Amino acid sequence: MSYLTLSLTLIFVLIPLILSRTLKLGLEKDTLIATVRSIIQLLAVGYILQYVFEADNLIFILLMILLMIGAATQNARKKGAAIQGITWKLFVTFVFIEGITQSILLGLNIVPPTPQYIIPISGMVIGNSMVLGILFLNRFTAEIENHEDETELILSLGGTPKQAIHNQLITSIKASTIPTIESQKTIGLVQLPGMMSGQIIAGADPVQAVQFQLLILFILLTTAVVTSIMLGFLSYPTLFNKRMQFLK
Amino acid sequence: MLMQNVERPLVEFIHVNYSAGGTHILKDINGTFPEGKITTLVGPSGAGKSTLFRLCNGLSSPDSGEILIKGKSIKEYEPIELRRKVGIALQSATMIKGTVLDNLELPLTLQGKKIDLVEAGDLLHDVGLDKGFLHRNAKDLSGGQKQKLSIARTLVNKPKVLLLDEITSSLDRVSQHDIEELIVKINEKYGTTMIWITHNLDQATQIGHYTWVMMNGEVIETIESSLLQGSKDERVQAFIRGEVE
Repeated sequence: MSYLTLSLTLIFVLIPLILSRTLKLGLEKDTLIATVRSIIQLLAVGYILQYVFEADNLIFILLMILLMIGAATQNARKKGAAIQGITWKLFVTFVFIEGITQSILLGLNIVPPTPQYIIPISGMVIGNSMVLGILFLNRFTAEIENHEDETELILSLGGTPKQAIHNQLITSIKASTIPTIESQKTIGLVQLPGMMSGQIIAGADPVQAVQFQLLILFILLTTAVVTSIMLGFLSYPTLFNKRMQFLK
Repeated sequence: MLMQNVERPLVEFIHVNYSAGGTHILKDINGTFPEGKITTLVGPSGAGKSTLFRLCNGLSSPDSGEILIKGKSIKEYEPIELRRKVGIALQSATMIKGTVLDNLELPLTLQGKKIDLVEAGDLLHDVGLDKGFLHRNAKDLSGGQKQKLSIARTLVNKPKVLLLDEITSSLDRVSQHDIEELIVKINEKYGTTMIWITHNLDQATQIGHYTWVMMNGEVIETIESSLLQGSKDERVQAFIRGEVE
């Protein structure tokens, strides 16, 4: 796609701008900011990726992954501000997920050990893990707040902190992972996944595109479940002190 | 006027202070709760009565001072052991999802044990609930029934001390009377030491052996319940007259 052709796609930005102005929706400023930011961010990433791919250097790959994990941590931590040490808990979770995924993919030779594979897959894994982390933290903090009485009831009857928070933890883990599992049930029927569509548009064999998409979907299942469980089990102990008292 | 308990103290407060969020909630609390007796705790809202309970049960810890249970500092008890010894039933009578049996059994479930069905039925009977209630959904119970179940659930741990926090305040007169009878019955049958927060002065003086009056985080009177009306303390008299909310 040439830059001239790309510039024509701005028509799709003009449509919402015109509608917003006509109907006085007040979305013009945000739409423009979003458009400019996406152009700058994606172009910058494109050039950085081009450089990293050409350099084919492990240090650059690791730096890219670290950058992704750093950004994901920064983004998700606001949702878990109520939980002590949430920044490092998120960081450790993302590093663990990335480590386990790449170990399986590269260790079993499922994908070649090149930046063209490692970086995009890392982006999907860390990005998905971040979204799951945010969903989990949102739900978990709400569950803690709404079920404070139940938590203290169990503690007061001689239960452990783990027993006191068990229901809230399980509910939050389930609630945050269900969308991933449910969306996979209808995938291909309602919508074609973005990565697969991109490959097909770029001229790849549809069956091969499906194979890669399946790989990603399965990875995302692990990402979803492991992120929620790991964050949950790292988070709940900090809600209590050594005397098993609930820290409100 | 501080009473001189002739009975053996089961719970003792020695210069206990507690603050939260920059507020001094309990100020230099001293006093004892005698073993096997019912002590009622009265005072206006925000006096620190519920906080005092949380300290007894170990849900919170004092900033300074000592709380002794059977002469041993609560710091020396494992939290779980302490909470089984000192049971608490709250006004909210929180129920977990499930049946009456699930709720009654909860203290044992937490220890990986099951309750004997005959024992469960007897406990329900003791608190004035029909044995047929066992398999009912707990959320379908009335407020009074939930309170009775909450007390029965606490009794499963066979506590030495039972703390009752405003358990009758949202109940109708008949249910209140049932709970009053139940408190006396438990005290007599199990010899359980009971500390009962109530806003009802008649309850406090008729059911209690002793009464503590708290105001602004301080204990301003500890007296035999039957003598409360004759207290010489001006603040107590103002409270009795309803001039302090």
